[in-house]
Amino acid sequence: MTFWLLLAVNSITFGGLLFLLSAGFSLIFGLMRIPNLTHGSLFMLGAYFGASLALGYRGAAINFWVAAVVGALLVAAVGALIERLLLRRLLGEQLAQVLVTLGISFMIADLCLMGWGGDPISVATPPEFEGFARIGSLVFPIYRLVIILVAVAVAIALWLMLDRTRLGAMIRAGVDDPEMARVVGIRVSRLFTIVFALGAGLAGFAGMIGSPILSVYPGLDTDMLPLALVVVILGGTGSLLGSFVGSMIIGVIYNFGQALLPELAYFILFLPMLLVLVLRPQGLFGRQLP
Amino acid sequence: MMRSATRMRSWRLLALGLALAGIPYGLPGSYYVNVASQILLYAIFALGLSVLVGYAGLVSLGHAGLFGLACYGVAYLLAAGHGHSIAIVTSLAIAILGTAVFAALSLRTTGIGFIMITLALGEILWGLAYRWISITNGDNGINVASRPSPFGLSLASAGQFYYATLLMFLLAVAAVSMFVHSPLGAALRGTRDQPRRMNALGYHVWMIRFWACLFSGLLTAIAGILFVYYNQFISPQTLALTSSAEVLLMVISGGASTLLGPIVGAALVVTVKNVVSAYIERWNFMLGAIFVAIVLLMPEGLVPGTARLWRSAARALRGRSDLPAAVGRTDPQ
Repeated sequence: MTFWLLLAVNSITFGGLLFLLSAGFSLIFGLMRIPNLTHGSLFMLGAYFGASLALGYRGAAINFWVAAVVGALLVAAVGALIERLLLRRLLGEQLAQVLVTLGISFMIADLCLMGWGGDPISVATPPEFEGFARIGSLVFPIYRLVIILVAVAVAIALWLMLDRTRLGAMIRAGVDDPEMARVVGIRVSRLFTIVFALGAGLAGFAGMIGSPILSVYPGLDTDMLPLALVVVILGGTGSLLGSFVGSMIIGVIYNFGQALLPELAYFILFLPMLLVLVLRPQGLFGRQLP
Repeated sequence: MMRSATRMRSWRLLALGLALAGIPYGLPGSYYVNVASQILLYAIFALGLSVLVGYAGLVSLGHAGLFGLACYGVAYLLAAGHGHSIAIVTSLAIAILGTAVFAALSLRTTGIGFIMITLALGEILWGLAYRWISITNGDNGINVASRPSPFGLSLASAGQFYYATLLMFLLAVAAVSMFVHSPLGAALRGTRDQPRRMNALGYHVWMIRFWACLFSGLLTAIAGILFVYYNQFISPQTLALTSSAEVLLMVISGGASTLLGPIVGAALVVTVKNVVSAYIERWNFMLGAIFVAIVLLMPEGLVPGTARLWRSAARALRGRSDLPAAVGRTDPQ
């Protein structure tokens, strides 16, 4: 019983991390029509930045959550630079943009290897959330519950931002019809930078808050990128709800697969993607992009 | 005219073959012959991918998975005690079957969707190679004890293996050249440029793309089998996204929709990789940087890009020499 319960909590926790990662991926895809292949690298970069800040230099460490936010802001800045300096030059050439993001992801991976070395860095769980919560006879690891709460809070904040604010309305307009959005005076190119930085920041934040569970190691980027891809193929591009549901499904399948069929865990992920591709190619909550 | 063009192509191919056949005599040691073998086998791989990228307009980021499927097929069957011919034929069949599944899934979309799905499929194959330890031996990989000796000819030495690779390379070049100039190749280019019109003209666009995928998969599998015999070892690293990106870089850097482009690209990438790895460890950084530079500076690839520069340089030179004659003449345009 406890085994299954823990597995379920782990699945939802992982789903929450995946949501933080894939929400930005999905928004970038929806707005700019490109899969951002640096997304896994940005996740890893956030984890490395955060870990360095949290572990500190000669004992001058920073609080875990401050480190996570500062790391996320740094990664958002990196994302904005990538968009401004490189992707902007290739406006309208989707293939070229994808290839550039791929090239940058290799460069970031190698720079991380250079800067932080090949050994995994483990980040301690923030002390205030260590240990377990007991509800009756059931035991829950607190930090994982915190991650779920953070993911849900971010999901609600993102939804409010997209649904209720002027910026959100402009982003939705840009996703639905970039030409018309331009015609009515929305500076879509500025939205590109904002959304790219936002997506990058979310990915970096996810990397750091996931680090006590996943630890930080070279190759984290290529472990996470396919998961984000599968989530978005499953949930549909440009849809927040799609990323959320897709992340939860993948989180559950991935964790149960790991526990029950470790050799085929990666392969089992493929099944829901296969079903969706065959039955509903635009994804569960996606619309057919023009 | 058609026939003379074909004959011209065969002459060129023959000349290329003769020039390449002399390489083991011109190179100082077996290390260089091995690099030449690598270039040729990667050229086969790149030609296979260029069928999709250049002529079908479908960019695959999962081809290393198909390549690895053929490699693991051979290695697993040999380790299980089967002979070389059974291992080669069966793994070709497995790789083509894998390509068919791969194509059936990814051809539901084109463009960016195709890239995403092939990337995800490639990563899944990598994950299988990495995790399905009872079949693939995981990170430790599988050793291949010996190379085959077709018709009693040993392929053990670097030079012998080079000639086997060269033979397959020339066959691959001839096959791609025939494919590109065949009606199917023309139809494939049509589906790249005007899929709707091709559909309206009665072509089965999906089927044409599917055949292109299978052809690409066949070449990829052949390259994979050569690769596993060349290294006599296979590990999940061969299936990683980096490998897919490397071969895509070969195709794009050389020029995707030319016959020569992928070959030049393979030579460039393999040479740079061998040279760079000898001096610094940062091959992945270089790979990424070359990618970004090529896409930003010479998006059409080196072969068409150089041809363009050459033409405009020649025009500039010619223009300067007949400048006096041109003075006073009104340009019709």
